Amino acid sequence: MAAKQYKAIGEEAWKNNVEKVNAELFIFTYGSLVVQLVKDFEDYGAVNKQLDKMGYNIGVRLIDDILARTGIDKCADFHTTAEVVAKVGFRVFLNIAPAIANWSADAKEFSLILEDNPLNDFCELPPKAVQEGLWYSNVLCGVIRGALEMMQMQTEVWFVHDVLRGDDVSEIRVKLVKILDEEVPVGDE
Amino acid sequence: MSTTYYFAIVGTNDSPLYEAEFGAHQDESKYLNQFILHAALDLVDDAQFMTNACYLKTVDRYNDWNVSAYVTPSNTRLMLLHENKMEETIRSFFVDAHELYLKTMLNPFYEPNTPIQSQTFDSKINGLAKKYLL
Repeated sequence: MAAKQYKAIGEEAWKNNVEKVNAELFIFTYGSLVVQLVKDFEDYGAVNKQLDKMGYNIGVRLIDDILARTGIDKCADFHTTAEVVAKVGFRVFLNIAPAIANWSADAKEFSLILEDNPLNDFCELPPKAVQEGLWYSNVLCGVIRGALEMMQMQTEVWFVHDVLRGDDVSEIRVKLVKILDEEVPVGDE
Repeated sequence: MSTTYYFAIVGTNDSPLYEAEFGAHQDESKYLNQFILHAALDLVDDAQFMTNACYLKTVDRYNDWNVSAYVTPSNTRLMLLHENKMEETIRSFFVDAHELYLKTMLNPFYEPNTPIQSQTFDSKINGLAKKYLL
């Protein structure tokens, strides 16, 4: 019941409440951003880190935006949080709804399975980038981390699989580290 | 009848971006192939201003070989060395190869005018050759 409700909220917001931008413009902008980072840092690990940082800064801002648009209440538990991230967050900003899978036993870790990642369109990683571990869409991890941190959840988010590296699906792993105390101010990076 | 084809993509500064041989391979002819194509580039330059079409049909002949060319709007040249005449098939081959080349250009990791090293591109071009030429 609840899951369905979030799905509806996400789709409703996507249809009526979001200003859309041309997908190719967005994809190419992101593509050239990543490539420029690769050129500047010359180290794929550093690029991953930088993308995550950028995502974090996006996430801490986007979360307010999405809450204002959709009027979602506080999530009761981490399961609900996962639902909202997948069904509302991804739907509103990327028009995809990743599946939630692989819950850990203590319910503090889950995976988002992205069957279709719009950022990947047109992109093909050079073999060197695959070998040295570039996560092309790592910005998404940062976005999730930033958004959840604003909701007092400290998380670790990382890519486990990526279609661009030859895997069948893209998988993002989200792990709840701890619930932050309300009064702790969250600093910008 | 065994025929061979030699396909090359030539960048805007006349440097080769990609080359492939289809059909029965003849190793000793490889340099000759490159030589013939390179010689034909001047004729492509002449021919491309005679028409509005991308496909220039056969631009040059060398012994039994025909050289067909296709010029993309960005002045990248797709060249094919072949023995038999079959304009329409080669046109379709070029059009599809052009599309594959475009997809490569759209990849943010590909620098224009550098050699194309993508495995996917290579296997897809070979697929096209099987479909149209062999």
